[in-house]
Amino acid sequence: MGRALAVIIWILTILSVILFVSKKWWFPEAISAHAPALDRQFMITIVIVGIAFTAAQVGLGWMVWKYRDSGDGSRATYTHGSNKLEVLWTVITAVIFISLAVMGQSVWASLRLHEAPAGAYHVEVVAQQFAWNFHYPGKDELFGRSDPKLIDEPNNYIGLDDSDPNSKDDSVIAALVIPVNRPVELTLRSKDVIHSFWVPPLRFKQDLVPGMAIKVHFTATKVGKYELACAELCGQNHFKMKSYMLVLPEEEHRALTQLSQEQFQAKVKELLEKYPLPSQ
Amino acid sequence: MSDGSHGAGHAHQPPTGFIRKYVFSLDHKVIGIQYIVLALAAVLVGMTMSVLMRMNLSWPGTNWPILGTLFPGGAPAGQMTPEFYLSLVTMHGTIMVFFVLTTAPQGGFGNYFLPIQIGAEDMAFPVLNMMSFWVTCAGFIVILAAIFFSGAPSTIGPIGGWTAYAPLSALGKIAGPGQGMGMNLWIISIAIFCVGSLLGALNFITTLLNMRTRGMSLMRMPLTCWAWFTTAVLALLSFPVLLGGGILLLLDRVAGTSFFIPGGLYVSGVLNGDPRFPLHTGGSPILWQHLFWFFGHPEVYIAILPGMGATSHILATFARKPVFGYRAMVFAIFAIGMLGFFVWGHHMFISGMSPYSAVTFSIITLSIGVPSAVKTFNWLGTLWGGRIRFTCAMLFALGFVSLFVAGGISGLILGQSSLDLPMHDTYIVLGHFHLVMGVASIFGMFAATYFWFPKMFGRCLNESLGKFHFWITFVGVYCIFVPMHVMGLVGMPRRYSQFTEYEFLKSLHPLVIFVSVAAIITVLTQFVFYFNLVWSLFKGKRAGENPWEATSLEWVTTSPPPHDNFAGNVPSVYRGPYEYSVPGAAKDYLMQTDPEGAGQPAH
Repeated sequence: MGRALAVIIWILTILSVILFVSKKWWFPEAISAHAPALDRQFMITIVIVGIAFTAAQVGLGWMVWKYRDSGDGSRATYTHGSNKLEVLWTVITAVIFISLAVMGQSVWASLRLHEAPAGAYHVEVVAQQFAWNFHYPGKDELFGRSDPKLIDEPNNYIGLDDSDPNSKDDSVIAALVIPVNRPVELTLRSKDVIHSFWVPPLRFKQDLVPGMAIKVHFTATKVGKYELACAELCGQNHFKMKSYMLVLPEEEHRALTQLSQEQFQAKVKELLEKYPLPSQ
Repeated sequence: MSDGSHGAGHAHQPPTGFIRKYVFSLDHKVIGIQYIVLALAAVLVGMTMSVLMRMNLSWPGTNWPILGTLFPGGAPAGQMTPEFYLSLVTMHGTIMVFFVLTTAPQGGFGNYFLPIQIGAEDMAFPVLNMMSFWVTCAGFIVILAAIFFSGAPSTIGPIGGWTAYAPLSALGKIAGPGQGMGMNLWIISIAIFCVGSLLGALNFITTLLNMRTRGMSLMRMPLTCWAWFTTAVLALLSFPVLLGGGILLLLDRVAGTSFFIPGGLYVSGVLNGDPRFPLHTGGSPILWQHLFWFFGHPEVYIAILPGMGATSHILATFARKPVFGYRAMVFAIFAIGMLGFFVWGHHMFISGMSPYSAVTFSIITLSIGVPSAVKTFNWLGTLWGGRIRFTCAMLFALGFVSLFVAGGISGLILGQSSLDLPMHDTYIVLGHFHLVMGVASIFGMFAATYFWFPKMFGRCLNESLGKFHFWITFVGVYCIFVPMHVMGLVGMPRRYSQFTEYEFLKSLHPLVIFVSVAAIITVLTQFVFYFNLVWSLFKGKRAGENPWEATSLEWVTTSPPPHDNFAGNVPSVYRGPYEYSVPGAAKDYLMQTDPEGAGQPAH
């Protein structure tokens, strides 16, 4: 019984490790400036986790293999433990775990403890059950005022105030279009319940909380079209609250921002069809 | 304590009528069994729901005629609606976390064995104990009522997950199906449950501190008692916060307050302030998350600490060795309990709370891995040099160690705020907490059941059926929950009723089916366990007082113990709880009650 258990534990351990090492199912290819550092931190962590997992399971299997009761009447080793060992493994795990936690802060700090770099491209995001609205400032790079009282679906999803001169050239569409290699700042709002902005290859997620305007920033580094999902349960059609993030070459994006509202919408539609999704 | 702790414990005489003996019993043993029966009923409901969810995820769009018959609203023509699926998610989580993982380990086994293991004749407050069970039971009836009165024919409960984030949960029907009466019942059920758990916690703490028998110093208590005690302290400090939060949430829903609802909302085409949508202003959705998780994180330790205690106890018994590093184990339990109150923010890294607090929460969260690792090292130390007897109880205890490592270790990933950016609310979180809080805790309870059933009913569970149960379940849970980790890496979000809408999820489909098949097989195997329970109750091999040759006080009395536990002879304690294989002793174990000198070679 002890040997069988040891073998089963080892097999499950090997299969679990293979599932990760084979990378058959893995992160999508990264497309953001912070992703390499984040992925590096993940790899350091997963290697430590993998070693600890394997060592503990192999050790457990070895114990049940070696110390099964053979029925020869001999007795177990009588010991109440070892303070030296307790101190040793407490200190070692504390050093490793807390170092990991401290190392992990650098990516976090670069994204969340610092403001968006100067020159960032701004987009306002307004989520609702079960759709995304992206509000672009237009040529003047100024956002028009919006007010929930002015919401008039389906003509005005975010309550944009037409009487505000800044809103004259603003566009509100259902897709996020940003330039490549330029910092992007999003101001995240929600009209109703909590949603979460989630683009897997971007390695980035942030809740949109009603009553708050949460500012976040990132830099996309690869041109292309990517699926954008909601990651916080928001009601019955949460599973299809879907949009796209389109990352354009700098020139193409600049040209886009110079267009009138109708041209902008038409052009985005065209580009969304033109760019394929990354191969899975 | 010094006079053998004859306190309030035996103030009541053995009851004679059926009602006072089996229904409104004051006997902690009967109440313990009642909690276990409640958990066994609840887990059946929760498990069935998980199978329904897996069917929908793996074979979306399939017609299941039987579902159409059973749930004409939720599965019209046999196809599950998204809201039906989400109500299953909510009910599965709520029933499992509250009515299974919080009742069986603490209310069930704790109630039955804590008084006996410390040499008390009953709990400190028997009437309070009875009330705590019946209040909890009332909470269960209310959550079951949410199945039938959910407020929308297409759901069988509210939609909110077990966390019920506001304002979705606070707005009422206007926010969609699953936000009507079912959500009110959910909140009321949880509030009632909080009250029941509080009553229980007071009782555990008082009993342990005041009613230990002569010689039972704190450091001679079995580790199970330390675990139940710490769990009770956690419950005492965390449940009131959830109770308060729940009341505020209910007020937001029914009394027009705005604790969690900000102003200016526009929901389902209606502006806040419209006659159809009463005016709210100034509330904070994140406040609910703070209140919930201030309870919610200690709750995961409430679920697993008793399993850790049982595992330590059972490993020592069947390795025939003293627990390695008993003191370190006690400190680790306490460290986990205390640190557990300062890590709740790791559920909220991307919630919009201050990113600076995430730094603190992240570092404390990884620190809590240290006492968890210390426990694992000491379990391995306990096995080292042992003479292991592979009973079913031991197999499940060993399974607990394996699963605790497998599930706990991914906490090192998820506890880092930066890595949470891609991982939050994906399937890696599901894999992590199901393995550690769900399955490891349940393995602790399986171990406890196989171990203590002979004491509770005087008959042993069938070992062959038990081993079959162990092998399939052990392999099964690995097959279910480890693949969920890589699903999370790919980015599969939680709480999606279908994965049909996204290209990036398509490659995971074979894995989704694999998990479902493993889940269905594992669930079916649990009926072997249920059968074993019933069959062994009547036909099991008779157990003597001490079938496992164990040392703690529950094994010095009859199986099952008499009404006052020790038939009037409350034992005195002379030694620690795990004196196995003492050199020179006549037997390979010394009971806690064996007088001093019994361990010497020539006595």
